[in-house]
Amino acid sequence: MSPFSALLRKDLRVELRTLRSLPAMALFAVSAFVIFRFGLDRTTLDGELAAGVLVPTLLFAALLAINRLFVAEQEEGGFDLIRLAPIDRTVLFAAKASALVIYLVALELIAVPIFALFFLNSVSGLLPFALVLLLANIGLAATGTVISTIATMSSARDLLAPLILLPLLIPLVIAAAGAGEHLLAAGGPDYGGFGKWLALLGLYDLVFLLVGYATFDFLLED
Amino acid sequence: MERTVAVESRPASGAGEPAIELRSLRRDFGDRTALGGISARVEPGENLAVLGPNGSGKSTLLRILAGLLRPSGGEIAVLGCALPKETHLLRGRIGYLGHAPLLYRDLSPRENLSLAAALHGLDPAASASRIQSLLEGVGMAARGGDRVAELSTGMKQRVDICRAVLHEPELLLLDEPDAHLDTEARALVEPLIGAGSGRTRVVVSHDRESATAGADLVLELR
Repeated sequence: MSPFSALLRKDLRVELRTLRSLPAMALFAVSAFVIFRFGLDRTTLDGELAAGVLVPTLLFAALLAINRLFVAEQEEGGFDLIRLAPIDRTVLFAAKASALVIYLVALELIAVPIFALFFLNSVSGLLPFALVLLLANIGLAATGTVISTIATMSSARDLLAPLILLPLLIPLVIAAAGAGEHLLAAGGPDYGGFGKWLALLGLYDLVFLLVGYATFDFLLED
Repeated sequence: MERTVAVESRPASGAGEPAIELRSLRRDFGDRTALGGISARVEPGENLAVLGPNGSGKSTLLRILAGLLRPSGGEIAVLGCALPKETHLLRGRIGYLGHAPLLYRDLSPRENLSLAAALHGLDPAASASRIQSLLEGVGMAARGGDRVAELSTGMKQRVDICRAVLHEPELLLLDEPDAHLDTEARALVEPLIGAGSGRTRVVVSHDRESATAGADLVLELR
């Protein structure tokens, strides 16, 4: 088994065994939808409002997993285990980012249907929106993994991760919500500008995957 | 504050490539000097005992030798690799046993060792039988499927010793290896990490009697 597969399997196995991140993320998202439903006093949402509720809710739910991403490595010696092994340390970045993408997809499989049940009259835009979410997940995972590593090395982990991460995620939120605005429109999905937002998400993903690849080795130094 | 060091038993010789060579090694943490001006030479196959009271820098020295911590000054060569520049060449050649076990609490001993084997690029089939034989050797085969969190401190130490020697390292860096072990367990791990294991060893302890048993050299930190 490759080091990447071994590390990814380890994370997924531990999450399945302990359920420390996914249930909390799902519960947070569902609670936020309930709050929005009563706070906005609306039973249906569409267009920019629908995207404006869904995308930030998923983003804030993701922060719960991002904060916990390297806890085991920090508290149980996983960083030393990686540093002592004859492997490229960016394997850890790839495995952690992949695990985070899997957590986010699992979250969305739970949260998006509930969102649709709560707010949407038509679900025809959800299928193309899944592509938007997938690209957003990759960008969120790449950025989240890098920032989580930096935060883990600090004593103010819980504070630092959201403080640094949220500003960096603004372009991603703009692109995902921009695409969602057209796809979740009242009269069904409108594909005008869809390509532009996808390209922006793709570019964001590429930039932060490269940033992670280039910097991760240095982030693990003492 | 400058710390002093004494090396007993054998003067430094110039013949052959040493397993470890330290020249005026220094490590500072801010204004505090944890290690100051340490010089020593350990030949392949020799056993070095590092003694000293709490806070004398024993564990810091071990982490520097493992490439886990950067020195602040001096020259260090471990297994022919100049540190910290050539740390990458050292990875996979050291068996490191730290203060806390490098084991994931929510994985079993067998899963932890399989992960370590994958990180060291060991063949899965060969590593499975080696893991079984190591666990049997330290009397942990029956508990090999339990979560590490459910094991006693001494049992974790035994599993961590298996992890440290799994990849047949050339050099063993052992921080208080007997700390949590009873007499029976000490006898079980002796063939793996004892003076008769045939490997170059650096053993850190504050217990002079246990550390110097079988030691060729004694490095005393004050």
